[in-house]
Amino acid sequence: MKKSNIVLIILAGFVGLILLLVIIGFLYYKSNYNRMITRQEYVAQQWSNVENVYQRRADLIPNLVNTVKGYADFEKETLTQVIEARAKATSINIDANNLDANTFGQFQQAQDGLSSALSRLMVVVERYPELKANQNFLELQAQLEGTENRIAVERMRFNETVGEYNRYIKMFPRNIIFKFEEKPYFESQEGTEVVPTVEF
Amino acid sequence: MKKIVVLLFLFYISVLTVGAVWIPDKPSPPKLVNDLAGMLTNMEVQQLENTLVDFSNRTSTQIVLVTLTTLNGEDKAMVATEIGQQWEVGQKGFDNGIVFLIKEKTPDSKGEIFIAVGYGLEGVIPDATAKRIVEKEVLPSFRQGKYYQGIERAISTMMQLSLGEFTAKEYNKRSSGENRIGALAGLLIAFFIIAGTFGRANRIRRNSVGRSIPFWILLSMLGSGSRHRGSWGGFSSGSGSFGGGGFGGFSGGGFGGGGAGGSW
Repeated sequence: MKKSNIVLIILAGFVGLILLLVIIGFLYYKSNYNRMITRQEYVAQQWSNVENVYQRRADLIPNLVNTVKGYADFEKETLTQVIEARAKATSINIDANNLDANTFGQFQQAQDGLSSALSRLMVVVERYPELKANQNFLELQAQLEGTENRIAVERMRFNETVGEYNRYIKMFPRNIIFKFEEKPYFESQEGTEVVPTVEF
Repeated sequence: MKKIVVLLFLFYISVLTVGAVWIPDKPSPPKLVNDLAGMLTNMEVQQLENTLVDFSNRTSTQIVLVTLTTLNGEDKAMVATEIGQQWEVGQKGFDNGIVFLIKEKTPDSKGEIFIAVGYGLEGVIPDATAKRIVEKEVLPSFRQGKYYQGIERAISTMMQLSLGEFTAKEYNKRSSGENRIGALAGLLIAFFIIAGTFGRANRIRRNSVGRSIPFWILLSMLGSGSRHRGSWGGFSSGSGSFGGGGFGGFSGGGFGGGGAGGSW
């Protein structure tokens, strides 16, 4: 056997090996990248569900405010706080593909602000038995409670979806190869879990 | 190295638990009446199970009753909704399931009720109506300790509502004791509801089959003339084990937090 033949065989083997590695690398890259994109889409989808339920709540408020306003002696301050909190909450919109921690925090803060303004309103309402007997108000109250439940559910599902996404992108070696950004979670609401007490 | 593995594991666990809510295990074999707190007698459980299985076979709408001794610190609305979602109560695509959750009253804690309504039934049982069912049908009986009566009344109201035998508005009127509306007013209301249904049908986010239930019930009834009655296995996504009219299993319904609750 000639010496040059051996070199040729070794060279061919080497090229083959590199080709194989490139193909494996490509397949790995492709499947992982696509899976990450799919998960990112799930997050975006779940985010739109979250926005929907918050919108649903914002839509209920004008009606609620009008009903409560009808009671002449109703505390203006509480109502104004609700209206302001609503305006603030609806002014922050987030693009689902750009969930950065900063705007997300602002969004959550504004929405939680509205939650606590509303729960204060509901506490104040306790002082107005006439209002509490109003059919229209009772209906709105039930709808509002239902919406708060829906918000809680969608937030929880959002956190689950983000959890799966974050867990996936942070795994080695994906975290080094792709550098996808981690997405933020909803934190449990400050202040709203503590029911405000009212002196009579 | 060991440290890193442990850290990774801890991280994994902590991420896993984000947002997870405690709920009771899915019953196996599947049952519609799950009296985990033992609030009912065997007879009553059997009777309710028969009623609900029969209703499920006829209409594919699944109503699940769950009684618990504790909520393990979770919110009742969340637990009821997650039971619906994870047990997959109702039919896939129609989301026509209801979870009726009761937390037993104990010496040191209130009794809690929540009726979780699947996406597909939110149209026929809106939150305000669910609340009314809790307050008018369930709580008065429960306060007297008549659990079976309260459950039975709520279930029969929900069955009638989901069948479209009367609408949420008619039920609201009826339960307020305003029975003296003239026939004309009734017709007008019915007209507006129908008009409203058609007008709003497009805006509903997920396929809210609840509103159109009467149509497909009619269809299924037409179908059952030639086939065997109660061949509901056709609706379900597999698990065709049903002998002697038993319950075939849950089938993939979705829940999003609709419904209402109360406490006694």
